[in-house]
Formats: sequence, C-alpha cells, structure tokens
Amino acid sequence: MIEVRNVSKTFGDTQILFDVSARFDKGRVNLIIGASGQGKSVLTKCIVGLHEVDEGGAILYDDRNFSAMDRKARIEIRKEIGMLFQGSALFDSLTVEENVSFPLKMFTDMSVEERRERANFCLERVNIVNKNHLLPAETSGGMQKRIAIARAIAMNPRYLFCDEPNSGLDPKTSIVIDNLIKEITYEYDMTTIVITHDMNSVMEIGDNIIFINEGRKWWEGDNQQIIKTDNQEVVNFVYASSFMKNLREKLINS
Amino acid sequence: MMSSVFSKPEKWSVFRRRFFQETDIIVVGSIPLVAFLSVFMGAVIALQTASSMSSPLLPDYTVGYITRSSTVLEFSPTIISLIIAGKVGSNIASEIGTMRVTEQIDALEIMGVNSIGYLMLPKILGATIFFPFVIIISMCLSLIGGWIAGVQSGFYSTETYLYGIQAFWHEEGHTLYYALVKSVVFGFLITSIACYYGYYTRGGALEVGRSSTKAVVAASVAILLANYVLTQLILL
Repeated sequence: MIEVRNVSKTFGDTQILFDVSARFDKGRVNLIIGASGQGKSVLTKCIVGLHEVDEGGAILYDDRNFSAMDRKARIEIRKEIGMLFQGSALFDSLTVEENVSFPLKMFTDMSVEERRERANFCLERVNIVNKNHLLPAETSGGMQKRIAIARAIAMNPRYLFCDEPNSGLDPKTSIVIDNLIKEITYEYDMTTIVITHDMNSVMEIGDNIIFINEGRKWWEGDNQQIIKTDNQEVVNFVYASSFMKNLREKLINS
Repeated sequence: MMSSVFSKPEKWSVFRRRFFQETDIIVVGSIPLVAFLSVFMGAVIALQTASSMSSPLLPDYTVGYITRSSTVLEFSPTIISLIIAGKVGSNIASEIGTMRVTEQIDALEIMGVNSIGYLMLPKILGATIFFPFVIIISMCLSLIGGWIAGVQSGFYSTETYLYGIQAFWHEEGHTLYYALVKSVVFGFLITSIACYYGYYTRGGALEVGRSSTKAVVAASVAILLANYVLTQLILL
C-alpha cells in the first residue's frame, strides 16, 4: 500500500500540487487521471522520489516514510519498485534480454544462467519469445512496452508504476497492455499506479481512480462510480466528446 | 555531482566491464583520427619550419628540434585534445543527453542505480587514465610525419632529423612530463564537462544538440585556460 499525505510541490514560484492526499491499495489497479499539465506526472515523480515533496508532505510505502529517508535507505525501497515509462525507457545499447536482466545484474548475485532464465520467464509472461537478441530499436512500440513491463517485474516488485502505458499505441495493443498490467497486478498482488489519459483504460482496469485537476485531488472513485458521477470537471474530462456523452447517458438510463 | 561520480559503484563487476567498454569507445576509438591528424600535423610543422629557415647560421638539425619541441609542448597535448573534445565531448554529451530526454536516466534512478556514477565514472576514469597514451602515440606519429615529409622533400637527411629530435633532450626531457600532466587534466576536463552537459539536458532532441555544442565549447575553453595555468605552474 502506498499513501500520499498532504503532498504539495512547488518549482520556484510556481506551485504544481496543492495538499494532495491519497491511498493506493495493494492488489488493485490505481489510476491517476486528469488533463495535461494538471500535475499527474509531478505527483507520480514525487511518489517515486524523482522530485522531493514540499515540507509537510509525506510518501509512505507500507508505512515506511519514503520522503524522510536518505538516498541509501531509499535505494532499498526502489529495489521494490518497477516502473513502465511513457516512452518505455529501454536502454538503447542493450539487447532485449540484457534490458530485462539489467536490474538482476545490478542488484542480485544470480549467475548468468539464472539471470537468463529469469529474463526469459518475464519475457514469456508478456508474450515475447525469441526476441532476446534484438535491440529495442528493432522492435515495435507495443513490443517495447511489453519488454519494459518484463523489465519492471524482473525483480518481483511490490509496487508497479505505469506512466501513460498506452500512449502511441493502437487500440488493440492498448487493450493487450492494459490486460497485462491488470493480470500482473492481481497475480503478484502488487500496488499498481497507472497514469493515463486513455478512457478505455479507465473503464477497463480502474479499480480505484483519482482525478487530478489544477494540482488538487478533485475526485476519487472506481470505474462504476465514474459513469454516474455528477462532478462536472470529471464529466467534462472523461466524457469530452459527444459520442462519450451519449454513451454515458445510455449507461445511466440503462 | 563529483561526490556522486566518485561514490562506490553498486557492483564492481559491472563497473569493470563498463570501464573497459568506455575506454574502448573513448580512447581506442579516437586513435585512428588522432593518428591521421598527427602524421599530417608533424609533416606540416616540419615543412613549414624547413621552408622558413633560410639562414646558413642555423644548423639543419634545427628542423627536427623545433618539430619535436612544438609537438611535445603544444601540438600533441593541446591541439589533439581540442580535436578530441569535439569528437568525444559531443559524443558523450549527446549520448547521456538522449538518455536523459528518453527517461533512461530516470529508469536507472528508479531502479536504485546511482545514475551519475554508473554513467560518468567509467568514462571519466577511462579518459583520464588512458588519454596520455593517446598523446604519446600522437607525438610519435607526428615526429614520423615530420621525418617522412622532410626527407621526401629533400630538406634534410634521416640522420640530421633524428639528431634534431634528440637534441637537448637531457635538458628538456621534463617537457614530456609537462605534456603528460596536461593530457591527464585535459582528459578529465573533456569527459567531465561533456558528462555534465549531457546529464543536465532538459527538453527534447533540440536540447540534446544544444548540450552537445555547449559541451564542446566549454571543454575547449577549459582546455585553453587549463593549458595556460599548467604552463605557468610547471614550465615557468
């Protein structure tokens, strides 16, 4: 479980986050949604420690106060974190297998054979077979996302972060990635946080949804409640097109 | 930044492998360019010196002596360093800059890897330790270039040139030490400045290009300033 307590974040004179508090439970897919520039990515970067939170705020990983820790102590928690980046962030110069086994090589005493076995297991889990020796540039966008998921789960993480996992993907591949995130979360009982703009993801995998607007937590609920909410900002964001508005009305009426 | 660069690596076996990889890319990869430039640089120094020495009072071996002195004192350590700053500096800054804008550095940090140490230490150490060897190779090839050009053009004989490049060496041998100290400092400056500009790149592809240019300019300026300071400290 990850808890965000009274988190504010200021860059120079500009305040991006205002006293955000939220709780992300284990074994559930937690979504952070919101329009561009509202603070979703900053919040996530605060949670993983890429940005320091302003004084008075705290990030807790299973009651361990991450924001109060020094770099060394944080490293222990970071070994429990897997992250899927928007652009996959695979290491260009390493092959698919080397990318997946990279954290194992850095932080475990596994032999080459054990690392290969684990990498193959993770790659098979995301349905990638016989691509071990390709470079990331030689694979498709969807495949890169799946390789990044394989790398993220290589160390058996307790916490999984996904930053816009569906950006740049076609709808069919997006569904594959969404299902994979959902399955892995349930299978390994992880605390998963997904930042997304993708409304399909919101409806499909959102066990817990947090809507961030103007740097504040504006709304919280699940994928059933978001259909019926009367929160105007949420409605304007999620049901922006007339097609979605009609769909919502039909769902409510039915 | 420097304390993170020189902090203990997460895993020595990974560091060792990266150290040799980076040394191969930065140092060994520069040798063909350095060799080509050095031969022609030496040849031009020798020919220009020979063609401008018309006084019968100056002995023939002066050409060899001047070629050696200018090569050891300035051309090999400084000019070659400036050229390597262009090649290696832009390469390092754009490599690390691209890793920054494509979130690869964030990925390292989130895994718990000290990204500064992981990316920079092997490059900085590799260049600082092995750069003097590149400069020694440059000196040798430059002298060979001067010999080939002068003998081919009929300005002097092999014996005269060899005598010239050895002349007064017992009194001026310390210039080699001066040149090697400079090359160690320049190797450190080129890589650390390029790493810095690459690491702190913000934005996209355009900024990667800008960082790369800034790294080369800053490294070149730093080399020239350090050259002046080291000359004051060691030679005078």
